[in-house]
Amino acid sequence: MTGGRGPGARVLVALCAAGFALFNFPLLVVWDRPGTILGLPPLPVALFAIWAGLIAALALASERGGGRDDGE
Amino acid sequence: MGTKVLIADDEPNIVVSLSFLMKREGYDVLVARDGVEALETIRAERPRLVLLDAMMPRLTGFDVCEAVRADENVRDTRILMLTAKGRDSDIARGLGAGADAYVTKPFSTRDLAARVRDMLA
Amino acid sequence: MIPPAVVLAASFGYLLLLFLIAAHADRRAAQGRSLIDNPGVYALSWGVYCTAWTYFGSVGRAASGGVWFLPIYLGPMLAMLLAWIVLRKMVRIARTYRVTSIADFIASRYGKSPALAALVTLITVVGIVPYIALQLKAVAAGYQVMTGAEAAGAAAWWTDKTLFVALTLAAFAIAFGTRHLDLAERHEGMVAAIAFESAVKLGAFLAVGAFVTWGLFDGFGDIWHRARAVPELGALLRLDRGGGGFGHAQWFALTLLSMLSVLLLPRQFQVMVVECVDERHIRRAAWLFPLYLLLINIFVLPIAIGGLLLPGNGSADAETFVLSLPLGHGAPALALLAYVGGLSAITGMLVVETVAVSTMVCNDLVMPALLRLGVLGAPRGSDLTRVLLSIRRGAIVGVLMLGYLYYRVAGEAYALVSIGLISFAAVAQFAPALLGGIYWRDGTRAGAFGGLIAGFALWTYTLMLPSLAKSGWIGGDFLARGPFGIALLAPERLFGLTGLDNLTHSLFWSLGVNVALYVGLSLARAPSAREASQALLFVDVFRRGGAEPVFWRGRARLDDLRALATRFIGPERAGAIFADYAAELGVPPAELRPDARLVDRVERRIAGAVGTASARVMVASVTREEPLSVEDVLEILDQASQLRAYAHALEEKSRSLETATAELRAANEQLLSLDHLKDDFMSSVTHELRTPLTSIRALSELMLDDPEMEAEQRGEFLGIIVSESERLTRLVNQVLDLAKIEAGHGEWHNASVDLRALILDAARGVAELFRERGAELVLDLPASVPPLWADPDRLTQVMLNLLSNAAKFVPAEKGRVEVTLAEEGGNLVVSVRDNGPGVPPAERASVFEKFRQGGDAASRPPGTGLGLPISRRIVDHFGGTMWLDSEPGQGACFAFRLPLAPATGPGGKENGHEGADRR
Repeated sequence: MTGGRGPGARVLVALCAAGFALFNFPLLVVWDRPGTILGLPPLPVALFAIWAGLIAALALASERGGGRDDGE
Repeated sequence: MGTKVLIADDEPNIVVSLSFLMKREGYDVLVARDGVEALETIRAERPRLVLLDAMMPRLTGFDVCEAVRADENVRDTRILMLTAKGRDSDIARGLGAGADAYVTKPFSTRDLAARVRDMLA
Repeated sequence: MIPPAVVLAASFGYLLLLFLIAAHADRRAAQGRSLIDNPGVYALSWGVYCTAWTYFGSVGRAASGGVWFLPIYLGPMLAMLLAWIVLRKMVRIARTYRVTSIADFIASRYGKSPALAALVTLITVVGIVPYIALQLKAVAAGYQVMTGAEAAGAAAWWTDKTLFVALTLAAFAIAFGTRHLDLAERHEGMVAAIAFESAVKLGAFLAVGAFVTWGLFDGFGDIWHRARAVPELGALLRLDRGGGGFGHAQWFALTLLSMLSVLLLPRQFQVMVVECVDERHIRRAAWLFPLYLLLINIFVLPIAIGGLLLPGNGSADAETFVLSLPLGHGAPALALLAYVGGLSAITGMLVVETVAVSTMVCNDLVMPALLRLGVLGAPRGSDLTRVLLSIRRGAIVGVLMLGYLYYRVAGEAYALVSIGLISFAAVAQFAPALLGGIYWRDGTRAGAFGGLIAGFALWTYTLMLPSLAKSGWIGGDFLARGPFGIALLAPERLFGLTGLDNLTHSLFWSLGVNVALYVGLSLARAPSAREASQALLFVDVFRRGGAEPVFWRGRARLDDLRALATRFIGPERAGAIFADYAAELGVPPAELRPDARLVDRVERRIAGAVGTASARVMVASVTREEPLSVEDVLEILDQASQLRAYAHALEEKSRSLETATAELRAANEQLLSLDHLKDDFMSSVTHELRTPLTSIRALSELMLDDPEMEAEQRGEFLGIIVSESERLTRLVNQVLDLAKIEAGHGEWHNASVDLRALILDAARGVAELFRERGAELVLDLPASVPPLWADPDRLTQVMLNLLSNAAKFVPAEKGRVEVTLAEEGGNLVVSVRDNGPGVPPAERASVFEKFRQGGDAASRPPGTGLGLPISRRIVDHFGGTMWLDSEPGQGACFAFRLPLAPATGPGGKENGHEGADRR
């Protein structure tokens, strides 16, 4: 197979499944509460934090470049 | 003073037999035990003829032969090569080195004595 | 307010800048120095996902729905996690088969079906035109806010600025989107301009966000703090809206919908797949793009809530907060920047979307119609490239004008406001056919057709029609009571399904039925040969690595193919196809034969210009094709894989042949050297035999000739003869012995051996010899050693050889030989050390070779030169080793080591017997 090395397929699918779970009912409801985190509302902060975390994980998986070149 | 003949061989028993033979033929016998000694003796004593064993320590008979032919002073020395190796390539090499005759061991004493007489005639 | 002239100048000045950037990028591309060939620009171009619906709409939706604007951007995040797997496959397929649009992609996968391409195009146009209208409305709305002008709808169309913007963009799209016909040769200028626009809109939005957050308020905390005081605003930060609890089904539906749309929207397909310069860029762009989305969304809530907190603003105005907040709070320059940012979002979307849609309309609606009408059907004719470009340019103007028309008609209606998600839901219908098509071999044309038609119909009925009804264009009765009063068929409660919002409801029915029909119909009937072959090409695109099979059989004429290619892609490119192919095959172009591979290549190039379905029709029209059956397809595939297997096997064979050649060469060299060795050995043996014979013969003849010889002389001669005869005998015996050992025919009579006793025996054997030479023999033996399994006679032979050797070389009178025996880690080690002259370093390596005797013939003791070689071979045979330690002047020390359990050794036969003996 050609196309260069990239992140492993299994890592990506696992990340995607984790993202789906974290961004949806019921895990999301955990953050849906009154009160503040550092003076900020918890739900938007959590959403953006999870989002940033997924980007970081994807960047790490992609840029490390040690994965196999999975075609499928 | 008789004709000087040098016997150059590293096998003592062969030297014994050759000395006896040459003395019986009436020559003055000189002996060398290896190639270097042989060459020194040739230059120092100027023998008319050398019975030269091909395989000797320090300097082979072939080398001695070539050195003699390259030396103006002793160039005319008659050389009879003796060898225990009977391969054609060895004979060719001996003649190529400038030997006058080539005799393989073991040899007939009568033939050898006749050869030597012819060569000194 | 800002004077209209300034706003107009800024607008058209900005559009001019885009023209310049695009022209520059195109020039650079022509020079081969691409501006867009890097992951950063690639990811920025994906930012075309964020349209006016994001730039203005997000704040509007956040003002009424709080965090509910977010799922539209969370979906793409999830999709990007799989981009390296899914998107890369799409790119590889599109690149390999010259696919230039999503309609082409799906049609090509299902047997290059023109009908399927037309259906996908139709769905796209119906779904996307309102979305284009929404963008045009945003242009008008933005202008209105900036200048305080009257509502655009009131103006006559010929004075409408929006129309001029639309026309300018059409010109841009024509200039940079239809330069070449072969769409597979990307549009670098357009992509560069789009990437620039993405940067501008992000910068502008962040600037406004920062202005609101830190200019009008005192940071995020301040905004939240004040918002909590207002109950309606506090509710925006929670999932629950309208008191019905968390509508997690809708949240999930929105996430899934946007996840699919980010791959399936025509403009996304265009920038991600068609315009991809290098598929390796996906790796980095996949995480840069979600980062872009995160950044552009981070100030949405602060702007929305901040705007609502400020006096005089209601949630109805929230869509224009991005403009009105800076404008109303003394920052007109920032407002102008924000306006330009909004213009970026709009124009980027409009340009890419129209180029993408016009490609589909041209290739999949207009072209097939013209082909069918016979307008272009003549196999030989003039260059059609100009005609095609004209069609495409017409399609661009047509699509934009259609959008403009919709905008003029729909105006402020509900149908326009909610169109973003409705469009998403329309393109989501492509998901089963497209994604299924690249991973599932058994998906068929019938399945794709059934799924798409049913999904589109249900989308129309459950989402599009209700939106039209809510706009008041058609009677709303059927919404509430169902058509003809049949409640079960009510569009938003189909078959009595309640409890879902209308989007989720529609998505459930349309996608559900779509998938069910796609799978069901695919399984119900076997695919045709062409479908099956395309399925294989798509699904296995990564497995082929450039050597894909060609599913075509028939006869073609070179001239016909050349004429066809020339008509659709112009003489230069057409000529290049044939020249390149001839060069690859290494034949002169004149002798090129139109084989299947060439036909396939021509078809693919034409597909880049007119789409795969039309290209198929055109190629079929100029060649005489043999219809393929599914069996034929399998056979071709088989041949291709066999060919690959053959090539593989051939490679293997040639590799092993190389290895074998090298081995043979090595073996030959070894044989030659063995031959040489044998020759040397024979020569040496001859020499060794002749030397004693010479003495014997000469002395015998001398005695024979001289009967009178003195007795003493005679006695000396006879002594020499006897000793030379002994030498001969010894030599003959040893040569035979050595030959036997080397040939593996040695006789070995193994028994338990006490090496200590054996050494003592050997010492007794040589005692007389040592006495003669006046040498001393010292034994240093332990009290006892474990027994060995070996041949005692052979070991005695070794000991005698070493001892007599040592005795020969020790100095006369003061000779001393030391024998030691020791047990060392499972071995017995014997050493024999003498105080002779030692062995010079130069000769040390060769003492174990045959006929290498130490010293010179005159002084050395009698020997054959075979003793040590034989000894070493005996020791080797018992799995041991023999070596020499010697320092010149320090004497020599010959030693050998024998393992107590002689498991292995050279001479396998005997070992086998030994093994049997031991058991």
